[in-house]
Amino acid sequence: MRRILFLLVFFALLAISACGPRPATTPIAPPAVSPTASPLPAEPTATSEPQPVTLTVMTHDSFAASEDVIKAFESANNVKLVFLPSGDTGAALNKAILSKEAPLADVFYGVDNTFLSRALEADLFEPYRSPLLDAIPPEFQLDPQHRVTPVDYGDVCINYDKAYFAEKNLPVPQTLEDLTRPDYKGLLVVENPATSSPGLAFLLATVAHFGDPGYLDFWRALKANDVVIVPDWETAYYTNFSASSGKGPQPMVVSYGSSPPAEVIFAEKPLEEAPTASLIGPDMCFRQIEFVGILKGTKQRELAQKFVDFMLSPTFQEDMPLQMFVFPVNPQAKLPDAFVQYAQIPQQPARLDPAQIAANREKWIQAWTDLMLK
Amino acid sequence: MGGKGAFSSLLLLPAWVFLGVFFFFPLARIFAYAFDSRLLRDPRAWELLRKVFGFTVYQAALSTLLTLLVALPLAFLLARYAFLGKSLWRTIVNIPFLLPVLVVAAGFNAFLGERGWVNLGLMRLLGLAAPPLRFSGTLAAILLAHVFYNTTLLVRILSYTLEHLDPRLEQTARLLGADGPRLFWYVTLPLLWPALLAGSSLVFLFDFTSFGVILLLGGAKFSTLEVEIYVQGVYMLNLPLAAFLSVAQLICTAGIGYLYAFLLRRAAVPLSPRAAVSNLRFPRRWYERLFLSLMLFLLIVLFLLPMLSVPLRSVLRLEAARGERGEVRYGFTLDYYEELFTNRRASIMYVPPLQAMRNSLVFALLTILFSLALGIPAAVALRHASLPARLSDGLFLLPLGVSAVTLGLGFILVFGRAVASPLLVPFAHTLIALPLVIRTLQPALASLPLRLHQAAQVLGASPWRAWWAVEWPILWRAVLTAAMFAFTVSVGEFGATLLIARPEYPTLPLAIYRFLSQPGGLNYGQAMAMTTILMLFTGLGLLLVERLQGGESRF
Repeated sequence: MRRILFLLVFFALLAISACGPRPATTPIAPPAVSPTASPLPAEPTATSEPQPVTLTVMTHDSFAASEDVIKAFESANNVKLVFLPSGDTGAALNKAILSKEAPLADVFYGVDNTFLSRALEADLFEPYRSPLLDAIPPEFQLDPQHRVTPVDYGDVCINYDKAYFAEKNLPVPQTLEDLTRPDYKGLLVVENPATSSPGLAFLLATVAHFGDPGYLDFWRALKANDVVIVPDWETAYYTNFSASSGKGPQPMVVSYGSSPPAEVIFAEKPLEEAPTASLIGPDMCFRQIEFVGILKGTKQRELAQKFVDFMLSPTFQEDMPLQMFVFPVNPQAKLPDAFVQYAQIPQQPARLDPAQIAANREKWIQAWTDLMLK
Repeated sequence: MGGKGAFSSLLLLPAWVFLGVFFFFPLARIFAYAFDSRLLRDPRAWELLRKVFGFTVYQAALSTLLTLLVALPLAFLLARYAFLGKSLWRTIVNIPFLLPVLVVAAGFNAFLGERGWVNLGLMRLLGLAAPPLRFSGTLAAILLAHVFYNTTLLVRILSYTLEHLDPRLEQTARLLGADGPRLFWYVTLPLLWPALLAGSSLVFLFDFTSFGVILLLGGAKFSTLEVEIYVQGVYMLNLPLAAFLSVAQLICTAGIGYLYAFLLRRAAVPLSPRAAVSNLRFPRRWYERLFLSLMLFLLIVLFLLPMLSVPLRSVLRLEAARGERGEVRYGFTLDYYEELFTNRRASIMYVPPLQAMRNSLVFALLTILFSLALGIPAAVALRHASLPARLSDGLFLLPLGVSAVTLGLGFILVFGRAVASPLLVPFAHTLIALPLVIRTLQPALASLPLRLHQAAQVLGASPWRAWWAVEWPILWRAVLTAAMFAFTVSVGEFGATLLIARPEYPTLPLAIYRFLSQPGGLNYGQAMAMTTILMLFTGLGLLLVERLQGGESRF
């Protein structure tokens, strides 16, 4: 009996000591530079300055930013930023729509062009035209009413294993049609569009290129050419793709145009050259544009506007590539070296009207499922 | 007895209030929001349900059966025999339950996948050009992973009962001339029924609502109700259909719960359980040794090897031998661990491993506290066949049968901004742990004869004193097992991210997921390193519990 009591006391002390030193109000992950440093109370001893207001930003799980960039915004505007990662893009958007009456946040970042119409239909956002928008190319500005503001873009492209193609002396595919040639039998792994966002983007690229119902003929040919289908990006990239750490069987994978620079930046040993590259032939990539919007019902309208401006400013725009592996929409933002060297930007990415995507998403996915998974 | 029934019903109250606030209310809100009665008359919705339901039941039944086949002999071995390194083996059986699916999938693939060790070995051995075994995307992969995950549960519940059976019953049967198989069939098995039912019903439910395993290992071809709800809710943005399927899944779960409760009431035999384990023996005869070797072999192949592939990969670097495809060279490295402690990109979302570990630990302890505080009184109340108890029996299982997507959306409707509160994390974990805690305690309580308690009271003990002096010494091991389940559920839990947003308190599984969702060898290695830490950390915790449990019986 005494043992249990001892253990209970031990655990209780542990729990107390673990809870104790953290200030209950630290709104973002504490800046633990080294794990041994005790978390500092983040509250400034503000006697002259008023207490900072909180601005809550709802995002998808892939959101990331540099600490000093965020800190700079916070101290310049006397604000505390709280980020609410709320699942993947679809889940986060669902949550924003459901909480429309009593919004969870002031700003929502991360709705992309495949979900855009849905978000606009749900009437989530207050219009705001940022003065910085003048510098942003019009091709990114999909909402003329400025309920959402473009922040970044990325291309979903097929990555290939450079060594494999060099070794087999195989030319890389130049078009989507090439993928159905017997040379490439069993060499491509794609994600299921019903469970993966790059998978959906690639499906949309084929719809954009071949039209509806022509895209189904293409997929029928891909199926005959032994395309491999997996449920999610993680499996496709880390288990099936031959140039990743998984050393899988397929030398081509549906991934992102920014994956090759990521392979260099996160290499196990410094690399001279990216082991992978993207296929950027016409219509082979699908461009995802991500937007930010001010949620209706915010009590911090002015701060929210400042945050939107901040996201378009070169400071934030230059920080994004290495944090989220996306490209800045602001042409004034300088790209990091690895991006300049290894990321390829397709000249002619596939495009589809967001309204058309919203109207047909379910139908296309269903038809694809019926064809490919039966 | 009337007053007694009323009192026992009162014990159910905390659990009911908790489930009401954190389960039934959010669910009701989301169903009210999303349910569309027109779907009930839509033949396509029913067609989808029929198709998905068929496969869901089929794979769950098959998985449960296989788990039973593995777990029963294992439980027997662990309950009846003493052998070298037993507590270590026990811990190995306990670890799978808490591993994130993403990692298990990676582990199985490294072991059995097309370029896994088994296939590479066979190719070299037999001189084959192509890998002989196909693993990912097959039903076999799903079944294997389910057995891997759920054996933990069943072994725990069964071995608890086996350890506490009165050995005199079997000794008597032996004296009366019953041989091994007859002894098992006519004596041991009937005594084991309640535990078998409790365990299997839980395993069936876990398989029935399986999500990650189906999605990641089954590949794109297989879909269970839970997977379909996710697809409809998150990718098709068809909330009404997701709600429709969720209701169907909940009805099934409640049905399984009531079926179990009904069978348990018929099968429960009050016994005289022993407080201490007195029937351990060393394997001496040849067949006993054979049994031991076979079981250890099974443990190694089924549990140890797939698990080992993770820590192994966390200290091995695959040579970046570009151009030499096929031949993969390995090198030892500790880089991945060192890298865990540096915030390379100075990211605001960076999670120091120690902090993630501490968060996980605090949440786990709170989960244990909450789920025992709610579960013990509820399990005690369920002993009595009062109407509220009968009603509760099936309903208490419901949290296992709800899709995290659906409930998560309900949470948003009910809690609003509070959904980001870190306190909701242990509550969400308790929701999932509570059915396990109750089901673990139930068979132990069911076999506890009321006579003992009454005898103590006749001798003048107050109800509390009788409980403390008579029932607690027998029960505390079951409580410890239940606490262990609560701990594992909380530490390994990942699905609750769908329920709540928790930016400031990332847990270990969350940190692992962050690494895995980015390209680059370093990220992958760090994910493996973090998982190894998770395994070590929980393994040590479980070993500690094991010591505690074994401690008193070993003198």
